[in-house]
Amino acid sequence: MKALGNLSGIVIPLLIFFIVGYGYVSKVKVYETFLKGARDGLKIVADIVPTLIGLLVAVGMLRASGFFDMLGGFLGPVTEAAGLPAQLMPLLVVKLFSSSAATGLVLDIFRTSGPDSYAGLLTSILMSCTETVFYTMSVYFLAAKVTKTRYTLTGALLATAAGTVASVFLARMMV
Amino acid sequence: MLNAIWAVMILVAVLYGAFTGRMGDITNAALDSAGEAISLCITMAGVVALWMGLMEIASKAGLIQKLTRWISPFLTFMFPKIPKGHPAREYIATNIIANVLGLGWACTPAGLKAMEALARLEAERGNPEYLPEKPDPSAGKAKVTGAAGGTGSDAGSRRASAEMCTFLILNISSLQLIPVNMIAYRSQYGSSDPTAIIVPAIVATLISTLTAIVYCKGKDRGGIRS
Repeated sequence: MKALGNLSGIVIPLLIFFIVGYGYVSKVKVYETFLKGARDGLKIVADIVPTLIGLLVAVGMLRASGFFDMLGGFLGPVTEAAGLPAQLMPLLVVKLFSSSAATGLVLDIFRTSGPDSYAGLLTSILMSCTETVFYTMSVYFLAAKVTKTRYTLTGALLATAAGTVASVFLARMMV
Repeated sequence: MLNAIWAVMILVAVLYGAFTGRMGDITNAALDSAGEAISLCITMAGVVALWMGLMEIASKAGLIQKLTRWISPFLTFMFPKIPKGHPAREYIATNIIANVLGLGWACTPAGLKAMEALARLEAERGNPEYLPEKPDPSAGKAKVTGAAGGTGSDAGSRRASAEMCTFLILNISSLQLIPVNMIAYRSQYGSSDPTAIIVPAIVATLISTLTAIVYCKGKDRGGIRS
């Protein structure tokens, strides 16, 4: 499965080449425009600094208390049979509600197991292929003042489940 | 939502730590994690600024608008009953493209506009739940029974239209092609190859999105029959 990794390696350079090339050919002032976008990007990051502090502290405390180890001891034997390390269970649940809280857990997995371990790869893929179900639904339906959401939740959970299963297979192929 | 999650995490940590006698570890973890959040943000700032800079070029060069036009056939396939010139289509297209490119900040406003436009579409179709009622919170309930003759229901019980369900399921199935944040996190935590996950992530995203498409199309068809 080295091919997957190699192919991944060329995506970013090609994308940068294409965007800058296309911009230049279309007579965009590429450098100045880039600076403006980059400045906006910095503002976005500055906005999420407090969130990250709050959540990393909470997750760090929770792990130091031994709570995750206890949870892993309970769930490990069951979930590992399905290819899901016990570490990922809190992530799977929290991710349905809040993507920033999930980020705290993701970083904890990266720190304890490393981003290139099976758990780390699985987490990376998993987080890339699914979104926060309940948060998205509540915000979007609020905009339309809809209270009866019909089959949205079933469909969303189904897509999330499909993404999770796919992630397990893909991560297995990578290690 | 986050209030509850955050409070539970902190409270459980301290209570469980007191129980296991690890209060010292918790102290260290709290202080270390706060510092770690800052070093993480420094790495992330670089990656996010780079991405946003590139996207600004793409947007100025008209690339994003072009992409929005390219997905028109896809929109017609997913939302056959939205009239061609309706604003809902435009907002949905913008939201989808912003999602695909990982422009988080641009997705939500367009997405909310899309939902409002879809609600207006329902009103245009004459769906009684969506017809504008004069907002009169104090006497609203009493008037509905008299005026609407029992057929209409108040705005509190609007049912999602099929388009809304499809739009949200698609959204939640994740459309983002390049997981920019994940790549930044991976590089911060010492991955030997942070971008190795791009292709697997695209494959997994396609699978979750295809599942969403098949499910929504199935539901649409079922809806017509019943």
